[in-house]
Amino acid sequence: MFHRESGYFKTTYQADMGLYPLPVARYAMVAIGAVLFILCPLLLDGYYLSIINLVAIAVVGAVGLNILVGFTGQISIGHAAFMSVGAYTAANLATKLDLPFWLTVPAGGAMAALIGILVGIPSLRIKGLYLAIATLAAQFIIEWIINHTPSISGGVAASIEMPRPVFFGKELANQAELYYFLMVIAVIAVVGALNLMRSRIGRSFIAIRDQEIAAEIIGINVFKTKLIAFGVSSFYAGVCGVMYTYYLGIANYENFQLITSVDYLAMVIIGGLGSILGSIFGAIFITMLPIVIRLLMESFGSIFIDDAALAQVIAQFRLIVFGGLIILFLVVEPDGLAKLWQNIRNYFRFWPFSY
Amino acid sequence: MEWQFLFELTINGLLTGMMYALIAVGFVLIYKSTDAINFAQGEFVMIAAIVVAGMAANYGFPMVAAIAVGLLFMIVFNFALERVVLRPMIGRPVVSIIMATIGLALMLRGLGPLVFGAETQPLNIGVPDEPLIWGPLFMTPIDVVGAGISVMFLAIFGWFFMKSRKGVAMRAVADSHMTSMAMGINVERYFALAWILAGVVALLGGLVWGSAIGVDTQMAALGLKVFPVVILGGLDSIIGVVVGGLIIGVCEALAAGYLDPIVGGGTKDFTPYVLMILVLMIRPYGIFGKPIIERI
Repeated sequence: MFHRESGYFKTTYQADMGLYPLPVARYAMVAIGAVLFILCPLLLDGYYLSIINLVAIAVVGAVGLNILVGFTGQISIGHAAFMSVGAYTAANLATKLDLPFWLTVPAGGAMAALIGILVGIPSLRIKGLYLAIATLAAQFIIEWIINHTPSISGGVAASIEMPRPVFFGKELANQAELYYFLMVIAVIAVVGALNLMRSRIGRSFIAIRDQEIAAEIIGINVFKTKLIAFGVSSFYAGVCGVMYTYYLGIANYENFQLITSVDYLAMVIIGGLGSILGSIFGAIFITMLPIVIRLLMESFGSIFIDDAALAQVIAQFRLIVFGGLIILFLVVEPDGLAKLWQNIRNYFRFWPFSY
Repeated sequence: MEWQFLFELTINGLLTGMMYALIAVGFVLIYKSTDAINFAQGEFVMIAAIVVAGMAANYGFPMVAAIAVGLLFMIVFNFALERVVLRPMIGRPVVSIIMATIGLALMLRGLGPLVFGAETQPLNIGVPDEPLIWGPLFMTPIDVVGAGISVMFLAIFGWFFMKSRKGVAMRAVADSHMTSMAMGINVERYFALAWILAGVVALLGGLVWGSAIGVDTQMAALGLKVFPVVILGGLDSIIGVVVGGLIIGVCEALAAGYLDPIVGGGTKDFTPYVLMILVLMIRPYGIFGKPIIERI
């Protein structure tokens, strides 16, 4: 991540596709892992850990959405609905059948993947705008079905209380204990996505995005691959929903509405389409944004406006900054934070002799 | 009694449908000429209504002056928007354009209440409140007036596209950017014109819907009703918008009248989307839309 090579010296495809371009990258990864798993829980208190937990959840969702939007070139505005499918599946399994987390997490993902594939079926016939609107419709329809089926939504206010995950007899009750649980899932998700993208399937996703007809001609089954992309992506979304449910301790459809789908799309766009690292950046950025805005407004906002109106103004201000940033990135830097990071690295690669 | 209920639902559905068409036509105008998908049409309607209501309530403008200010605002705003945001987006992937308009929608949703206040404001364009009772029929006057305005302006737009020089040029631009450029049409100017027209239509929609349901950020939800209407009618057809609007309006009214008591509410927002999914499966380009042929 922080290393820099002086040029391209790779002589085999295997070296080109390696996860670690240089041995130093391996040490950098070990260092990042040490910071995440040893240093952070030791040094930070519950509040900061809960923010990192939110980031970890968002990373899983954003990576999943990027597989679909950034790598395969299909659009989904209904990703929050897939998250709610995962969340309610896991909540029902955990409360009614008393299943442990290592079964509910994949089960939530699998159910979401199933629904995602179902929604993805029209993608053979329709593309672009039409697919966007079809997934938008899926968002509303799934939301309505969950909300109006008491056997799924648990009746009152459509919310189910989620038992805490139990790890070898120990209940993970507070944020610091949940931290390891969520972080491990996030790391598995990111490594899984990185590996998927270097595999045959990942390459065929990219081929379909770049030129569908050419992909078909070189022997890729377009329909099957698109459905796999929808399945993988919604699996990630489902896992993300389950993680969020464990984090909150409650499954509620109100956390998975259209605005959440837009949040995740914004992560993917601001982070950088077609970049796993970008999705991580985007997830961090979008998760931190409302927290930073609230902090700034609470510190400095009272100079301009009285405290009573502040809460409302913060909400409005958040929307403006959020929308403005999406537009700004699209117009000025369409490849997102990942590209900015690349630019910085390229600058230092030749520094101080930048010619 | 049974048929009377059905009749009343149908008539009111038709009136609402005409008013949906008024919003959807802004979407179609933009898609037709610039190929951009505008997810912010509902927010345009909202911001136009908020500006008019805010001018009338906060600054004591008479209604005519407030509408004039609103019109000016929408024209300037949409012109600037096309220049600053949409023009650099030409030729980008669909998802980028969709996200840009979603970003715009979020911005407007924050900006409107921030400037003019978040509480629901009434908008009075001089339509009486007492319901019209005509035999067994029971109608709201604003629905009738709204549908009337809608019919009038859709007719004007129809004439504009079919007969006027600018309208024909816009159709040419919609058909092929490259050919229109070769024929001496200033394509970029017509992009701007399409956005400005969409803004003007949004103002009309804002006036009609604002007087019907009150002005606040809830109005933006109307934008989501646009998609079933345009998909059903065809994305690039003015007649399609009318037909789609009428069908969606009637379906909604019937669902609210007959299905709501059975399943316990909410079908009004749900039925249009089910209908839309069916259309997408069978005939994705809608009733009047141009079929897109993709050759291999």
